[in-house]
Amino acid sequence: MDFVCNIPFISILLSLFSGTICSVLPGRAAKWVNTAVIVSVGIMSAILLVYVNGTQESFVYMMGHFPAPWGNEIRAGVLEAGMALFFCMIMLLCMWGGRKKLDEEVEESKHNLYYILVNLILSSLLALIYTNDLFTAYVFVEINTIAACGLIMIRQIGRTLEAAVRYMIMSLVGSGLLLIGICMLYDLTGHLLMSNIQEAVAQILEEGTYTVPLVITMALMVTGLAIKSALFPFHAWLPDAYGYSTISSAAILSSLVSKGYIFLLIKIIYRVFGFSVFHDSHIINVLFVFGLAAMIFGSLSAIKESDIRRMIAFSSVAQIGYIYMGIGLGTKVGMIASIYHIIGHAAGKALLFIAVIGLTDASGFSRSFFDLDGAAYRNKIAGIGFTVGALSMVGVPMFAGFVSKLLFAQAAVNNVGKLMPTMIVLAVSTILNAIYFMKTVIRIYTPAENTEFAVIPLKREKLYGVAVVLFVILNITLGMLSQPVVDMIRSGLEMFA
Amino acid sequence: MGANLWVNYGEAVAAVLFGIGFGNLLLQKNLIKKIIGLNIMDSAVYLFLAEKGYIEGRAAPIVVNGVQEAAAYINPIPSGLVLTGIVVSVSVSALMLSLTIRLYRRYHTLDLDQISLMIKREGR
Repeated sequence: MDFVCNIPFISILLSLFSGTICSVLPGRAAKWVNTAVIVSVGIMSAILLVYVNGTQESFVYMMGHFPAPWGNEIRAGVLEAGMALFFCMIMLLCMWGGRKKLDEEVEESKHNLYYILVNLILSSLLALIYTNDLFTAYVFVEINTIAACGLIMIRQIGRTLEAAVRYMIMSLVGSGLLLIGICMLYDLTGHLLMSNIQEAVAQILEEGTYTVPLVITMALMVTGLAIKSALFPFHAWLPDAYGYSTISSAAILSSLVSKGYIFLLIKIIYRVFGFSVFHDSHIINVLFVFGLAAMIFGSLSAIKESDIRRMIAFSSVAQIGYIYMGIGLGTKVGMIASIYHIIGHAAGKALLFIAVIGLTDASGFSRSFFDLDGAAYRNKIAGIGFTVGALSMVGVPMFAGFVSKLLFAQAAVNNVGKLMPTMIVLAVSTILNAIYFMKTVIRIYTPAENTEFAVIPLKREKLYGVAVVLFVILNITLGMLSQPVVDMIRSGLEMFA
Repeated sequence: MGANLWVNYGEAVAAVLFGIGFGNLLLQKNLIKKIIGLNIMDSAVYLFLAEKGYIEGRAAPIVVNGVQEAAAYINPIPSGLVLTGIVVSVSVSALMLSLTIRLYRRYHTLDLDQISLMIKREGR
């Protein structure tokens, strides 16, 4: 086994331990440790991606040299390495873009705590991406939840505390369902490693015993993860949590944390139950319907909202709906589209959150929609960033959102029964997206008559500018050069099965 | 069906407890009661696991008197899972309780709906 195969394990441990180290460091040092860890994990993931792309097959890494049915395993393929690299990139840019706001909003003594939480989020995301063991996945899901709760309440105002409690309650309901699902699956199959479970599941289906418990188990696990990733009826905690926490937290929560759960779900679908088993159960239709509902109702709530950050938070609900709709289509192209949308939405939504904070800062910290007149002239780089993010979310060609919508439409064509609802809801949702995003873009570019707010020069916020520019480049690259990414996802999914 | 239920009464109790805990966690307004619900739910999962791992007439997997064959012992993995689960649930409960204390100090109530109302009235 090549030395490169150690990378998943090293990157999980590195981020986990740097979290503990940050607890004794002062804020500034913790900041540098955090940046160094994210960059080095990103570089390592890139090396791993190149390696796995070269060998064209996934590898399994034994932890502690105990062989398959007993030991714990890590598994990496193209998709896992690519996701790890992408999550590191987004996380780094989110931290850069929100750094100034973090210094303003969070007490100096708590800065190192914030970097602990970010490192823990990174390590749990990496573990969710790489792990081959269901119980390990559960433990890291909980670590992810606790760290995310900390990210929400690091800025201590009443709203964030309440949002953190609501987030915890919803997450605990979700992880309770996931846990009982995993326990029942263990009892049915006698294994915790994903590959062994899949063999046992195939055997169960062949013998025809325990098919009902199997479906119930599947339903419990899918529901648990859907609740945790804020699928439509379970999104009550989301607007406050994204709307009032400090901006890096909001960006990381919306673009990475919920995506980690969805990636785990996709992994469970492929590696635990097997895609055909999942496809033949009716759970897939339930996900499809709730995805469609989320696309409409998320957008409607966003239109009604006059607080710009809550508006973007509601838009996340709609975009999560797109991802679940793609999973619910039950075709391979649909799954590819969903994974592409995970990437595209992460890039676009993080950019929107980072850009919005520039706009509200240039409007006297008012979050109300009506104070934003001409904000794009007062903070030019944020205006450009917001416009690019909005165009990507609406699905204008050249940007990441367009490619995923195109892929969703292609996937729907393959599935005759779900073609009409998908197409209609896609069209309606796109129009609704356009309504609230374009009205915001028009408003920030409408010159204000009474310019009481000062112009924020670009020089004053260099790091912020760099983050926004890199986000814009990322969005346009994903939109223009989508084919390599789609090919990567396709070969990654083939390695899954 | 009925006979199975009687044989696996431990699992049946666990399922009922899970439902009770789940309902309390979701539906109670009082934060402390919610946390109690969470703990009932988690305990139900541990009961379920312990019940599944236990084999009638066998001992805990600790070698005493030199008995080595596997047939003498119960399955140790569920016990390990229960231990891990307990650690997770303790930390989550601690976090929830600390959040509750903060909210109580600020708003002097444990009712989540009233807290929401007060926050709306604060208007920020």
